[in-house]
Amino acid sequence: MKIVVLVKYVPDATADRQFESDHTVDRAGVPGLLSELDEYAVEQALQLKEKAEGEDVEVVALTVGPEAAAEAVKKALQMGADSGVHVTDEAIAGSDYLATSQVLAAAVRKVGESGAVDLVLCGMASTDASGSVVPAMLAERLDLPQVTLGSVIERQGDQVRIKRDGDTSTEVIGATLPIVLSVTDQSGEARYPSFKGIMAAKKKPVETWSLADLGVDAGEVGLDAAWSKVEAAEARPPRTQGEIVTDEDGSGATALVDFLASKKFI
Amino acid sequence: MPATRVLPDEESTALLQLTRDLCTRELLPQAAQAEATETFPRETFRLLGRAGLLGLPYPEEHGGGGVSYEVYLQVVEEIASVWASVGVGVSVHALSCFGLFTRGTEEQRQRWLPEMLGGELLGAYCLSEAHAGSDPSAMRTKAVRDGDSYVITGAKAWTTHGGQADFYKVMARADGGISCFLVPADAEGLTADAPERKMGLTGSATATMRFDGVRVGADRLLGQEGDGLRIALAGLDSGRLGIAAVAVGLAQAAVDHAVAYAREREQFGRRIIDFQGLSFLLADMEAATLSARATYLHAARLRDRGLPFGREASVAKLVATDAAMKVTTDAVQVLGGYGYTKDFPVERFMREAKVTQIFEGTNQIQRMVIARSLAKGDAGNLHTD
Repeated sequence: MKIVVLVKYVPDATADRQFESDHTVDRAGVPGLLSELDEYAVEQALQLKEKAEGEDVEVVALTVGPEAAAEAVKKALQMGADSGVHVTDEAIAGSDYLATSQVLAAAVRKVGESGAVDLVLCGMASTDASGSVVPAMLAERLDLPQVTLGSVIERQGDQVRIKRDGDTSTEVIGATLPIVLSVTDQSGEARYPSFKGIMAAKKKPVETWSLADLGVDAGEVGLDAAWSKVEAAEARPPRTQGEIVTDEDGSGATALVDFLASKKFI
Repeated sequence: MPATRVLPDEESTALLQLTRDLCTRELLPQAAQAEATETFPRETFRLLGRAGLLGLPYPEEHGGGGVSYEVYLQVVEEIASVWASVGVGVSVHALSCFGLFTRGTEEQRQRWLPEMLGGELLGAYCLSEAHAGSDPSAMRTKAVRDGDSYVITGAKAWTTHGGQADFYKVMARADGGISCFLVPADAEGLTADAPERKMGLTGSATATMRFDGVRVGADRLLGQEGDGLRIALAGLDSGRLGIAAVAVGLAQAAVDHAVAYAREREQFGRRIIDFQGLSFLLADMEAATLSARATYLHAARLRDRGLPFGREASVAKLVATDAAMKVTTDAVQVLGGYGYTKDFPVERFMREAKVTQIFEGTNQIQRMVIARSLAKGDAGNLHTD
């Protein structure tokens, strides 16, 4: 069995995030890491591998991004993925979801050349663009069924049952592999790499592919080929200070209740 | 503002990064509460074990991390800067495995070391007795040979992880002299007294272990009869470095909190860090912390090269723990009244620092070790890598 996990390198949300002059996210000048939401997908892939007794399961971590994005693959390898693929090409910069899914689809197909891909696992969204649409687009491009927002995955052979928690109902969806599956942050805490995992990751194979390697026309991706354009992007103003109720004469509780009532919180 | 470090290679840097992640995300959120409620964080040790942090300074073929002391001690320091009880625990665990690793037969090592170094089994170390602290040779706990086994009888005081550990490295007096045994926690007749009610490190259980005719197979004797004190003391040189690292972690935490507070707190219309009287106090705290770190790293580098390091380990333990006591006390001073409350962690650091001057050989014993070494006159060697 071969599982491809999509891992995205995103700016560290705890650091200052910036936009480039063309309103794309600055991915080079800021500290970055493997998107935390993708760690859940890596975790699920590793659990499927561990549960597959006697069956050879290969977990391939795939990223598309600039040079630094190799860090996302490295983290997945440290956690326990078997190999990595890093698609990087200057022409990809600024790609929209459509172009990103095109590059990913080509990369998944190429991974499949050395053995069919049974499962493409993704996080529920990236922590930077938060689009959540890439899994669906990728499924369409690969002509595979898609199941999104899974929280529990059970597999027997090529049959999978996926629990999917919505706002009003919990669904259990059955599917036959191969599929594209995204998992939520409720699917189980992602493991920490172990020190042995860190050491082992150094020896794991990572392939670096360009658009030419994938047979993708550079003119179809990147900022200029994007179907939509960000015309303006600026940081949201910091939150203003809330109202402070100081209890000096015993009226504090009343003031607090009045405030909550005025906002219809109570 | 954690310490700036220079590490020997990329893996060590990744190890320290992993340590910081675990500290920030797993240890820090629990530390204050667990210390306040005197709760031993057994699960946290399992997590550290799975991450590979409980066997770092031992070779990979036995399940360890194959990491130098120089790097291992910095991991201990980082852990202690967030939660001293856990930093001490990591050091004690490493010490508990030391006898088996250095004096065990190949068969003994293969049988027990992987689980110990992999962190599935937590270790403890039984040397002191109620009347035999600084002078362990006065111990009375007996190990009597009976056929293929030994029967151990006595009581061991101040056992870190006492009642929580899965195995105990025990020094007891056999016919051939003080000997070292590896005793499993579930051995019949082995019980733990109620934990000591300590001033600090309250998240770490410290208890007297009672050996009421505990029978262990002769295959659990490490080395020969009579090797026990030598094994214990050899381990202590390394253990002292662990405690020095814990002390530096405490000092670093105290500096970090004090500086953060002094940069925020305003009096007389200025940040208090802008008053020279206070800023010089902070500067002295930083200087003491940095020099203590340099001292233990120097000893660690000697050890990593197979050179004698006992004197330097004692210097490091003495310097680092005295520094921790002073720096944490001064951190309370910087925070003023707030520092004296349990709402801020610096009073806890101060309580925790005190014991580092006492355990793993009191600082008076360290001076004895240093002075004896000076009396022998061995110094001034130049070593190259």
